[in-house]
Amino acid sequence: MKSRNLLAVLAPLGAIAFSFAFISVILIAKGSNPIEVVKSMAEYGFASRNLVAELNIASTYYIAGVAAAIGFKMNLFNIGIDGQYRLAVFFAAVIGGMVSLPPVLHVALIIFVAMAVGGLWGALAGYLKVKRGISEVISTIMLNAIAAGIVAYLLQPQQLGEQATGSNNLNTPIIDSSGWLPTIPILGGEVHGFIIFSLLIGLAYWVLLNKSVFGFNLRATGFSFRAARAGGVNASRMILITMALSGAMAGLIGMGTLLSQTHSYSISFPSGFAFTGLALALLGRNHPVGIALAAFFWAFLDRSSGVLDLNGVPREIITIMQGTLILSIVVAYQLVKIVNKKQEQKFVGKATLPESNLVKTEGVVSK
Amino acid sequence: MTDLLNSFLRNRWVRKIASPSRFTLFVVALLIIVSTVRRITGAADITSAGLSGATLRFTIPLLMAGLGGLWAERSGVINIGLEGMMIAGTWLGAWFAFIYGPWVGFLAAAIGGAVIGLFHGILVVRIGIDQAVSGLAINILALGAARYLSGILFPSRGGDISLSPVVEQTPTLTVPGISPLLGSIADKNIFLLSDGAGILSGFVTEISYATILLLLAVPLSTWILWKTKFGLRLRFCGENPVAAESLGVKVYRMRYMALAISGMFASVGGAYLSLVASQVYREGQTGGRGFIGLATVIFGNWRPSGVLAGSVLFGVTDALRIRQPTSIHAALLVVIIAGSIYVIWAFATGRMKHGVRALMATSFIGLIYLTVPEIPREFVSFFPNLATILVLVLLAQRLKPPAMLAVPYREREETE
Repeated sequence: MKSRNLLAVLAPLGAIAFSFAFISVILIAKGSNPIEVVKSMAEYGFASRNLVAELNIASTYYIAGVAAAIGFKMNLFNIGIDGQYRLAVFFAAVIGGMVSLPPVLHVALIIFVAMAVGGLWGALAGYLKVKRGISEVISTIMLNAIAAGIVAYLLQPQQLGEQATGSNNLNTPIIDSSGWLPTIPILGGEVHGFIIFSLLIGLAYWVLLNKSVFGFNLRATGFSFRAARAGGVNASRMILITMALSGAMAGLIGMGTLLSQTHSYSISFPSGFAFTGLALALLGRNHPVGIALAAFFWAFLDRSSGVLDLNGVPREIITIMQGTLILSIVVAYQLVKIVNKKQEQKFVGKATLPESNLVKTEGVVSK
Repeated sequence: MTDLLNSFLRNRWVRKIASPSRFTLFVVALLIIVSTVRRITGAADITSAGLSGATLRFTIPLLMAGLGGLWAERSGVINIGLEGMMIAGTWLGAWFAFIYGPWVGFLAAAIGGAVIGLFHGILVVRIGIDQAVSGLAINILALGAARYLSGILFPSRGGDISLSPVVEQTPTLTVPGISPLLGSIADKNIFLLSDGAGILSGFVTEISYATILLLLAVPLSTWILWKTKFGLRLRFCGENPVAAESLGVKVYRMRYMALAISGMFASVGGAYLSLVASQVYREGQTGGRGFIGLATVIFGNWRPSGVLAGSVLFGVTDALRIRQPTSIHAALLVVIIAGSIYVIWAFATGRMKHGVRALMATSFIGLIYLTVPEIPREFVSFFPNLATILVLVLLAQRLKPPAMLAVPYREREETE
């Protein structure tokens, strides 16, 4: 058992080491010194100004990681995080921009709208899976494209969007300051107030999963669909709820940026959270603390890659590293699983051999 | 009356005679509808050579991605990495075409795609990691690698980090005699004849040889997958790998080959985008076409001819989107008329259920046609995705995916 836990810790570390080695080879092939590159990245990335930005990015990523992890816990692959996030933050921005309410209520409404829209879009994929047997991988890929199209359409000036004069950037109307979330001054910078919600979400995720009946059923269904159903769990309902929850989480991804920074949705909002979320959930092994560490690491890589262009290295080397990291980590987990299984088989094989049975009985008798 | 018509249509001889000409009948009927719509709406573009040529150029990349998905899925592995393989193809194609000419570009894309496909194969088949994780990672890796390499190689050669230098065009074919003839008929503005000639002339004027070669991939895939031992074994692995292995089929090896072919097709489809459709590599050129390729596999019911049909349909919408918005509206009218004819036919042959469903769908589209003056381009862009979900929801019983699609399989290991 002990060796197994050790392997589980070594696997991510080994994967990180491998991906570092891999990009080092690429950098050497290009004629850059990998040690210099890492040094300049660390210097840049740990500067307090950038640490603040990393915290903000990490809190966004963290929610994406939790959204993916909720699905993973039940063997559901929510690639639709991208679409759920986009649709949710868009409608939250639009509705938040339309109304004026007392401060706390306004923020609460925006968050509620985001969760509701994201949750519904996620539940749609869950519904298609439960009622029509459509794999959530396929349906969420298709729903992502549909969400992107709907948002692109509605963002036009003649619909719900606005275009600032002399700019190409389309955005939704600015939300009144009652719908803003204050920033927290840390390290001389402004950290999104939403980071506190991110921490609460992590806590809620842990409690829900480990301390509630629902979480128990969810994990049980993830382990074995049929066994859970035999045990009285309504598996179809679980799928629907899990996809809705995962979608609702995905809906919160853009909240930090919307509530504390831009106060309107625009086409320059980041995308690609489906991969990020999946990567963080895998890297952090679906554990709230693990995902948090992974999110910060990811944000650090993203932010500090900005210095690379100055060193004459395209910053996409970091994208390559992130892709490599995910593949190597999944491969590492899989190899550990195969090794463990082999050991188990050997053990079971030995224990059930006729002679060993004999030895055992004799031992009991002589006692 | 309906019984009589029914038994007449079900007659063995009638069916035998009708089956080859049914396709012709279908095409002629569609042409009549399209020509009529053109007269009514004045949307001249829908029967122009420009539109049919553009449709062809948009169809091929989707077709290649779709066939890539088909080959992978027939062997039992889902390939989410099609998009990444296409990106690799656009880049490899452009870079090697820039140095050695377009045909070497295609070759490099084919080899590169096969290597990536094999990589996906080793990860998901031999090691057994999740198929969607591997696919998504390949998409990200291809995106990052293409931009990284562009940043190093293109700026000094007249491009930049997201744009390659312009590459040489592939040779094109204009069928002598026929193309000018069709062109002159199309200009005469005669009902039906000019319209047909307009559409046809798009298919015989300045057609890249690459287009012709790649279209051959459809009959080739059908032949290999359904008429050869290799194809039978490959499909066997997708339907029942346990039984396949017990009969001596090397499941892993078949899946490796299927994925190499899958990657090759997707990557060549990407190269087509950068070498034929635009003669330059541009970041984001694939625009999710790999995912639409996945959609055409479902839409085409896991058959090459079906994938072709799906690609043409999505290719037309793609072509309409970038041309005139009025054409989209006219295309809706085509759908409405065709739908109404189907409704009448379904009721006449006694298939009430189909008739009612088609009637509802047609009236819904009719309602859109009457109330919405112009279909927004953004909506047309996700038409393939929406259509695929609708097909999955409404026609699930008719679809026949490989039985063991995306189910991991481990070969039996020799005991020590």
